Amino acid sequence: MAVVIPIDLDAAMRAASAAPDALILAGGTDVMVEVNAGQRRRALDSDTVIVLDRVRELRRWSHDPERRTVTLGAGVTYTELMTEPLASLLPALAEASRTVGSPQIRNAGTIGGNLATCSPAGDTLPVLAALDADVHLASLNGERTLPVGQFMLGVKTTALTRGELIVGVTAPVLRGAQGYAKVGVRNAMVIAIASACVIVDEDCRDVRIALGSVAPTIIRCPDAERHAAANLDWDRGRATPGVAAEIGERAAADARPIDDHRSTAAYRSRAVALLVGRLVRRGFPDA
Amino acid sequence: MPEFYELQINGSAHDVHDAWLGESLLYVLRERLGFTGTKSACEEGECGSCSVLVDDVLVCACLALAGSATGKTVTTVEGLAATGTPSDVQQAFVTAGAVQCGFCTPGLIVAAHALLTESPEATGQEIREALSGNVCRCTGYGRILEAVAAAARARLAAGAGSIDDRGET
Repeated sequence: MAVVIPIDLDAAMRAASAAPDALILAGGTDVMVEVNAGQRRRALDSDTVIVLDRVRELRRWSHDPERRTVTLGAGVTYTELMTEPLASLLPALAEASRTVGSPQIRNAGTIGGNLATCSPAGDTLPVLAALDADVHLASLNGERTLPVGQFMLGVKTTALTRGELIVGVTAPVLRGAQGYAKVGVRNAMVIAIASACVIVDEDCRDVRIALGSVAPTIIRCPDAERHAAANLDWDRGRATPGVAAEIGERAAADARPIDDHRSTAAYRSRAVALLVGRLVRRGFPDA
Repeated sequence: MPEFYELQINGSAHDVHDAWLGESLLYVLRERLGFTGTKSACEEGECGSCSVLVDDVLVCACLALAGSATGKTVTTVEGLAATGTPSDVQQAFVTAGAVQCGFCTPGLIVAAHALLTESPEATGQEIREALSGNVCRCTGYGRILEAVAAAARARLAAGAGSIDDRGET
């Protein structure tokens, strides 16, 4: 086993190409749990670990005011996403990041790692889905960009191919309320039992809704989104409680939750309906 | 594959010999180098007992690959103050009676140092959030929160940011 610590993207891609089965280590907050539990030991004994936390291109982010987008390097941490000016540019992403683990976890964990793990409960993933973010991938064979909805394929399954790395993600800077909420047993150190993101685009007068932990991967809720766009009071920025609740119910109807060790399908459906309703009312107070 | 690698811990270089490269920083600190102040409990980032600073950033040592910490500076609880002369945070824990069994204490001390370095004016909710990754099963947290708030007040009174609380080992 070898530990490779590239300091630029080119070196990282060459390392990934030379050892396409290598374990890729970003913040380590998911991978090291498995390593410590012995689940990765056999793979690690004979293989390579590529450590990405010093790859300078991955640690950067940039704001393009003309195109109104932010591009985040895959190595940007949750703590950085919570810090200004990023927090104001992408407020729902900051809010989701604040719900991740603890300060220790947020200092280490990265947005690229969250994407690569692709847990149905990944906290930034509903936000990226609701923002219609683009994921940038690169290998020695070239670069490609996928909508996040095409990147996330299932439970811990992504479109990443052998030797390919997540370089970053581009998300739009939108005008309008946006938020993320999740249900768990306490505020810190919680893996979402159910989560929701609601993003309002005031300029286009549309609403994007995404749910976590209620399907094999993150889902969008097109029926609820159409209902929201058509029934919210855009001129006054208000909504009746009935409209907000109906948007929540329609979002929950798109969920396909399961019973597992964390919760039940019935609880999860109810939870996402309420979370979506609350997030809508946060942006559109009672009429 | 090198037969050893070097870690910078509390200002000194330490060679790690004949190690399996998949070992966590926590394992190497405790089992190979004898820095037993850093405690091992959950090994999945849940409890905060193994909190250390890597390049001055608070992390769980159990979630850091030791081999990936080469070239960085690691600060453990032993590196916060010289033996026999507790740091202000450590003294505040003693004064407030914030220690019961003591197992979580080193992690909490490191986390509190990280907080007060970043936000010397931290109060109430900010302290709670900063310590939310450190689990204590004895105290009920009241006196821990009191101790950190007292240390913060003392630092403010003494002039925020002017105190260098790093000792030597």
